[in-house]
Amino acid sequence: MTVRTAPGADALAFLRERLVAQNALSGLVALALAFGVGALLILSMGVNPIEACAVLFQASLGSTNGLAETAIRTVPLALAGIGIALSFRAGVFNVGAEGQIFIGGIATAFVGVQLAGAPSAIVLPAMAAAAMLAGAFWSSIAGVLKLRFGADELITTIMLNYVAIHFVSYLLHGPLQAPGSPLAQTERLARELRLPILVPTTRLHAGILLVILVTVAAQVWLWLSVGGFRLRSVGHNPRAARSAGINVTGVTLLAFVLCGALSGLAGFSEVAGVHRRMIENLSPGFGYTAIIVALLGRTSPLGVLMAATLFAALQIGSSTMESALGVPGALIAMIQALVVLFLIGQGALFTAIGHLLRRRTAPETQR
Amino acid sequence: MMSILTDPVFAGFLSASVRLSMPILLAALGGVFAERSGVLNVGLEGMMLAGCFAGFMLTFLSGQLSVGLAAAMVVGGLVGLLLGCFAITLRANQVVVGIAINLLVAGTTAFLFRLAFRAGAETPRITPFKPLDFGPLADIPVLGPLLFSHDILTYAALGLVLLSWVVLCRSTIGLTVSAVGEHPVAATTLGLYVIRTRYLAVMASGVLAGLGGAFLSISATGLFLDNMTAGRGYIALAILILGRRHPVGIVAASLLFGAAEALQLRAQLMPTGVPLQALIVLPYALTLVVLAGFASRSGAPASLGQPLPRTGIR
Repeated sequence: MTVRTAPGADALAFLRERLVAQNALSGLVALALAFGVGALLILSMGVNPIEACAVLFQASLGSTNGLAETAIRTVPLALAGIGIALSFRAGVFNVGAEGQIFIGGIATAFVGVQLAGAPSAIVLPAMAAAAMLAGAFWSSIAGVLKLRFGADELITTIMLNYVAIHFVSYLLHGPLQAPGSPLAQTERLARELRLPILVPTTRLHAGILLVILVTVAAQVWLWLSVGGFRLRSVGHNPRAARSAGINVTGVTLLAFVLCGALSGLAGFSEVAGVHRRMIENLSPGFGYTAIIVALLGRTSPLGVLMAATLFAALQIGSSTMESALGVPGALIAMIQALVVLFLIGQGALFTAIGHLLRRRTAPETQR
Repeated sequence: MMSILTDPVFAGFLSASVRLSMPILLAALGGVFAERSGVLNVGLEGMMLAGCFAGFMLTFLSGQLSVGLAAAMVVGGLVGLLLGCFAITLRANQVVVGIAINLLVAGTTAFLFRLAFRAGAETPRITPFKPLDFGPLADIPVLGPLLFSHDILTYAALGLVLLSWVVLCRSTIGLTVSAVGEHPVAATTLGLYVIRTRYLAVMASGVLAGLGGAFLSISATGLFLDNMTAGRGYIALAILILGRRHPVGIVAASLLFGAAEALQLRAQLMPTGVPLQALIVLPYALTLVVLAGFASRSGAPASLGQPLPRTGIR
């Protein structure tokens, strides 16, 4: 069907391409709408939403310590979010970041405890490498199940999340539990095996540098390298990619590996930078928030970093908002999910309006 | 040999297998409606959790289990309507919408639960449904615990399976749903209402999944916990595949999962030497095995997961 596009439709197509699909505008609109719903909910509780917002951002951005805490929270969200974004780019719905973070965390603690005493210049990179390998391995299970058996990665990665969390819980209650400790946790990492603190008097650790490095590398790789081009081609149209000689199976597996490795790295940074040991509640759903972060960031590494920073600020401020004004912090989880719904709703709405306009302005081309 | 059949532990296992299969059975039954009509319902998890929460809250507030039950079904249906708006009318990616809805429900239920009950207060409880008394029938070996040891909700659920089978496999409604799921344009040509049918199917899906979620709070435990459904909605998606999207098929598949859960709960109480966590993951691991073994998409409606065409649809 050849549709002669009318000027009105042209303008809308332009709007859609330029403003909705590529720029951050639709993200901002979605954010504004989600915040609006959040404000109404706060208002219905008898609290002034502007005050709540002020309290929230004062806590997360208004002081050196608040900024540091926000940056710390950005690390796992951005790392896992970039991994998920790369997966989505390849057409892989890997929602297993949560489990991969746990597997990366336990691998970090295991290597750190086993190799304690060796030079930290060797052990620290070994811990990071072990975390990335373990996360990539865990993610690849779902990859192999998809590629070899056709099992839907959406369900398998969710199932693997539960398996990972309980597996780690077993290790922390059994073989890897710190001797003599009543708590389910590993031994504390030696001082030199922790990520260095960047700003004295805060907890800000070098993981944030890792994030900047990964963001830049992923952005360059995705848009300027052959590998990134292949990844995007497979995501856009696997059949066309195969015809063009791209190894679709290999690229798909690579998408699983990348997501697992980056989520594993998130686990590494949480263990080596924040908790200094592996604990049972390593992640309060970072892997799930990271899905939203990836979507809000339009699956572009730079966009993901910005979205991660925003969500980190919201999460850090939410506990203060809860204690100061009695607004439950779970409100932030609602707002996060609403952002996605408004985001996809908007994209679909624009497409539908564009279609309607095209039909109205060029009726002679129908049928 | 006969003694094991009357053993109370074994009887308890059989009874628990049936009881524990009910939430996923109802959710999967809901999934059958949605998927046969061509809509991929990844939101089952959220619909279950919404029903689980609404059932608990309204029972707690009204003191009536029936009010909670009705609320669970209504709220489940409303979540279905939300999914329908995005998946059908707005033609959004059905997987993304489903995940977003699941996260939204998880956040909303946690938010409302904290609003209703401040942290630190005593865990709120309700009196759950009680098993019906069948007298001597309950003492029949094997059949007694399997069939005559449950609460009214379980029998209602089995009735819904029967009803769904009649509707989907033996009535023109079922033919309409299948036609809409296989080829929406052709269905329109035949004079069928594609959009209306899909909406109704997705809302029926939500009602059933909401009921399944309510099972957890107002039949099994009498309390509500954050994220109480713990992935059962996703397991139900796997059951759909294993049960070939057929009401009878998913009963068999759900019983398998119910048995796995009952087995792990029983084994936790026995000195088996198997780590607790290895038992807990049994249903999840079973799901992985099932997906690897039976994942072939054969039998799936042709238009499953595809957004509707923009023209030629009514």
